[in-house]
Amino acid sequence: MRSLVYLVTALAVIGLATWAYRENHLTQQAMNTRASLEREIDRLEGEIAVQRVEWAYLNRPDRLRALVDVNFAALKLVPITAEHFGEIDEIAYPSAPARLQVGAGVEVFGALEQLSGTLESQDDEVQP
Amino acid sequence: MIRTPLRPLARILKAREQGQDPACIEQENLRLRRQELRDTGRVRAEVRLLVLALIFLSGFVLLGARMGLLAATEPLELRVGMVENISGARADITDRNGRVLATNLATHALYAETRRMVDPERAAVELGRIFPEMDVARLAARFTDPDRRFVWVRTRLSPEQQQAVHDIGEPGLMFGPRKMRVYPNGRMAAHVLGGARFGEQGVRAAELLGVAGAELYFEDRLRDPARANQPLRLSLDLPIQATVTEVLSGGMTVLNARGASAVLMDAQTGEVLSLVSLPDFDPNDRPAPPTEGEPADSPLFNRAVQGYYELGSVMKAFAVAQALDEGEVTPDTTINTRGPLKWGRFEIEDFRDYGSEMSVTKVMVKSSNIGTARMMQEIGPDRQQAFLRRFGLLESAQIELSEAARARPLLPDPWSELSAMTISYGHGMTTSPVALAAGYASLVNGGRLVTPTLLRRDSVPEGAQVIHPGTSAQMRQILHRVVHEGTASFARIPGYPVGGKTGSADKPGPNGGYKEDAVLATFASVFPSHDPKYVLIVTLDEAVDTTGPEPRRTAGWTAVPMAAEITRRVAPLLGLRPVPLAEAESRLQADARAQ
Repeated sequence: MRSLVYLVTALAVIGLATWAYRENHLTQQAMNTRASLEREIDRLEGEIAVQRVEWAYLNRPDRLRALVDVNFAALKLVPITAEHFGEIDEIAYPSAPARLQVGAGVEVFGALEQLSGTLESQDDEVQP
Repeated sequence: MIRTPLRPLARILKAREQGQDPACIEQENLRLRRQELRDTGRVRAEVRLLVLALIFLSGFVLLGARMGLLAATEPLELRVGMVENISGARADITDRNGRVLATNLATHALYAETRRMVDPERAAVELGRIFPEMDVARLAARFTDPDRRFVWVRTRLSPEQQQAVHDIGEPGLMFGPRKMRVYPNGRMAAHVLGGARFGEQGVRAAELLGVAGAELYFEDRLRDPARANQPLRLSLDLPIQATVTEVLSGGMTVLNARGASAVLMDAQTGEVLSLVSLPDFDPNDRPAPPTEGEPADSPLFNRAVQGYYELGSVMKAFAVAQALDEGEVTPDTTINTRGPLKWGRFEIEDFRDYGSEMSVTKVMVKSSNIGTARMMQEIGPDRQQAFLRRFGLLESAQIELSEAARARPLLPDPWSELSAMTISYGHGMTTSPVALAAGYASLVNGGRLVTPTLLRRDSVPEGAQVIHPGTSAQMRQILHRVVHEGTASFARIPGYPVGGKTGSADKPGPNGGYKEDAVLATFASVFPSHDPKYVLIVTLDEAVDTTGPEPRRTAGWTAVPMAAEITRRVAPLLGLRPVPLAEAESRLQADARAQ
């Protein structure tokens, strides 16, 4: 009985040691991954910063104004002033679409017009 | 320890005499001894258990406390920039809509570890070829100095320069990563941003410190590692700042002015949308402070914030507002303006003779010094001082720039009756354009005190009531009439009714007195005049309009056309709808009558 207890304890110690060893390595691995991720983040942040600076630099008001001046022939952009605003009633109301005059009725009765001389056979089919 | 014998002779002999079994005595003593042993062993075990429990308890407490601490602290994400305990982090600065005004760019510094250098002389010569401004002989001397192990060569390198240094192939030349401050818009808003420099340098990082302006004022906020990723949002609006700068610099050239400044402020919240001071500089390459000449002529000088000037007639608005607010006069009260007004040896005169009497409104419209001086005679210096103090005009302007607190208004000492009279038309006391903007905002926005700010605010606590809302409505009408009937006729812009007051102050000379032909022209305007949303202050230093037969220096010919052009261009950008003049005037009249 006692030897069994010893055996189990020894096995448990070996097992725990293996587990601790593995955990240690996993932790170190995770730390390395984290460090490389941090470097990656830092690098990417640096690249984003470059893009942001470039975007801001290319869109700086001085340059945009120069571009507008250079391309005036194509764009015809001028500074917006009060004359560019309008009242809503300055816009013409769209004219109503042409509608069929239904109220007047459509003439459906009347003598059949003889357009050509060969309509005799169709007389019966014409319904009022 | 003396062991008690198991078989004490005395008791055994006694027992034998009485015919008892002496073995009983031995058994009894043995039992007592065992009992004693058991008791001491138990106590010892208990103590051990207690100690063990305490050790475990403290261990658990320690672990728990550490876990709690880890859970409670702010997660620190990046450690890359934090080596050597020098943080290169600095938050961005953006305008009110998130456009970048200042940010960081990765770059490298160049240093040399002399012990690792193979051929220091050649390295120095090659470096001299890449950087022509370097002193090759001095560099070589440093590289070969046996006492030196470490030499800083350059603080910043462009990628091309870095490649060129790589190509030298010298193993002792090393690159240290750096963050450098970049202002992508160049000179735009230079005086607000200020500039940055490197602080303490390490091999892996260098501190970025603010030098002036908002960079220096918000130093702690910008360098706070917890908020390094949140940009600092200013109240400036980049397109509007650009427009104001463009118009103002054009006007400065045409009018041959020494300097100019403009402040555009939200009349309700005090947010500064544009703050321009010309001449300006490039914060990416901030010039050194001037060592000679007048500091106020340096491009580094922020005229809008540091520039305290006698602003002249624009200050009449405060005198008239006080007279109206304290019930001394109404806009239609007649004031005696027969000139010159004598006070001791001093005479107060008007620019022209406007007749012997005028209404209070006319005093403003015609800008009569005698008129405001007479009103201030009634009020007196003490009440005037108290009134101006309420508007914050007797202290440094409260704006978030490092320069603001260092500049103070110049006040008369003692504040005599004569001082009160001259201050009523803007002489004898200095004011900065930014403080003036806040003062005008408070005058016209219904009478609530406005504190200027450079930070974007979503909501602003309502300021103290400094004048009655009724007085404010009267002031709006008076300022409107100054533009539409008086000295600021160039500010009539179709669609945007403007109210304002001109000021043309003689500049003080270096030896006391005032200079000839040197005028500081100011126009303080509010728009739209019937419902003021924005306040615009334009000042021009020694501007001259030479289009006429003789040079004209008054603000009506210099600062007013500038302000009008700025308003014409900026008002649509601010999203203001054009309003017919008649509608604005009927609204002004209704407001003034309602009170």
